[in-house]
Amino acid sequence: MNKGMIKILVTVKRVVDYAVPIRVKDDQSGVDTAHVKMSMNPFDEIAVEEAIRLKEQGIASEVVAVSIGLPVCQETLRTALAMGADRAILIETDLDIQPLAAAKIFKAIALQESPQLIILGKQAIDTDHNQTGQMLAGLLHWPQGTFASKVIVEKNTVQVTREIEGGLETLRLQLPAVITTDLRLNKPRYLSLPMIMQAKQKPLQIMSASSLQLDIQPRIKTLKVTAPQKKRAGIKVSSATELLEKLKNEAQVWQ
Amino acid sequence: MRILLLAEHDNKKLQMSTYHLLTAAQQLKGEIDVFVIGHQCGVVVQEAQKLPAIQKVLAADALDYAHQLAENSAELIASLAKDYQYIMAASSTTGKNTVPRVAALLDAALVSDIVKILSPDTFERYIYAGNALTTVSIKEPIKVLTIRPIAFAAAKAGNVMAPVETISQIVSNQLAEFVRQELTKSTRPELSAAKIIVSGGRGFKNAENFKLLEKLADRLGAAIGASRAAVDAGFAPNDYQVGQTGKVVAPDLYIAIGISGAIQHLAGMKDSKVIVAINNDPDAPIFSVADYGLVADLFSVLTEIEQIFKDKECN
Repeated sequence: MNKGMIKILVTVKRVVDYAVPIRVKDDQSGVDTAHVKMSMNPFDEIAVEEAIRLKEQGIASEVVAVSIGLPVCQETLRTALAMGADRAILIETDLDIQPLAAAKIFKAIALQESPQLIILGKQAIDTDHNQTGQMLAGLLHWPQGTFASKVIVEKNTVQVTREIEGGLETLRLQLPAVITTDLRLNKPRYLSLPMIMQAKQKPLQIMSASSLQLDIQPRIKTLKVTAPQKKRAGIKVSSATELLEKLKNEAQVWQ
Repeated sequence: MRILLLAEHDNKKLQMSTYHLLTAAQQLKGEIDVFVIGHQCGVVVQEAQKLPAIQKVLAADALDYAHQLAENSAELIASLAKDYQYIMAASSTTGKNTVPRVAALLDAALVSDIVKILSPDTFERYIYAGNALTTVSIKEPIKVLTIRPIAFAAAKAGNVMAPVETISQIVSNQLAEFVRQELTKSTRPELSAAKIIVSGGRGFKNAENFKLLEKLADRLGAAIGASRAAVDAGFAPNDYQVGQTGKVVAPDLYIAIGISGAIQHLAGMKDSKVIVAINNDPDAPIFSVADYGLVADLFSVLTEIEQIFKDKECN
């Protein structure tokens, strides 16, 4: 066991809170995010929790949280610090950072920080791309354990159990490695006031994305965003007998 | 214009998703090559040869590719990419694992989980758990795409056998090794290919009760799905989960029982042709997407349905 030896980088994204109803803007330019409650992407919360647990188990020596975006993303990083990350880095930009660009930025940070493990959420619940972790692993030529539901750090390797179609798959990855989290990897802790207060003292470094001199311009152009078509209103039936009769004769879904 | 389409398989059988993917590829009106990466996957290659209107099947059959791990598969795919304008895969757990890595190696943007192809460079995909639909375009010289299989009809196998080209290049994987696989054993249809799905939620109260769903599923020849709440509570295995981060399904008939209908769940099933909701809470959001709603105690409804089927058998 690499006790106390490994350094972990976790990435966090600020997104519209998962419980907030989504409203598409009238001009079809996007989703309305003004005056809407924002939170840490739930999969990233799981990533932070996993990193902190590895530190609490004496496997990790340091947990560094990284985010990309507007100055307000410092709030998200403070949440990661309150959960237990040691320090944070914000790569500040007002560009629309798409997965490939995010992967390039995280690669640059990984080369500076030399972590043995990078843990990311498998997808962000706003754009639902599910790309950044795999792209980052590709750019770094590191192994990847995506959609992880169990992580066991061993000497120089990590065992990752992945959620795949039809069940689970377990891989052994050489460190350094990239892991992306699935829903059931862990249950993130709740924050207490003392934890939040303590986080204010922890170091948060800010650097501009342009200082990294990378090609991070958006490549995917959004032409429009619309609300999906509403289904016509259904009907209520009063019994199982009526339901089966309707399915047979009206919907004709079975004989 | 040439398209490289990644076959989805388990070395024994070509998955249905590949047939759906082919329909999507055909809409781009290019020459399609199907790439089978695996080990002792000759049967799959033969099945792929029967895919209609393709140029050829590329076959990379080696021990190093037995588990289709992302590290070496992505490198192999990227090494062939220069001859293609499109690389396409299903947005399954395999496609989602490998294809972004390919895109990164090619410095190409990737459009994932496409539900509609509007033109060779313009696509529709959902964001925010299906609560918004976005139209996007890319100008990349090599366009890397993943396709939501159920959004496209399945192509039918033809009688013409396309030629096979063997890819003998071996890319070994020094970074990751396969340890084991635990697949959920089931004799029921696969969730993503089923015509009928019965799906259960927290309303079942415990794992023992959730088994009642099996009886109904077997009566209907249906697959079983579950809400996140039911999976979290341990009523059903993880891979039963339907929703934004689980499986996205669109069967002919989706019967949601004891599921309240969180937006994340609706994202995974609302494109089903006919939706039935059975729930004792008249205000449950699931009713907003249901064609037929039954406000009732799920246990009495299941008993009633079972009785109806039994009566039928007697007649």
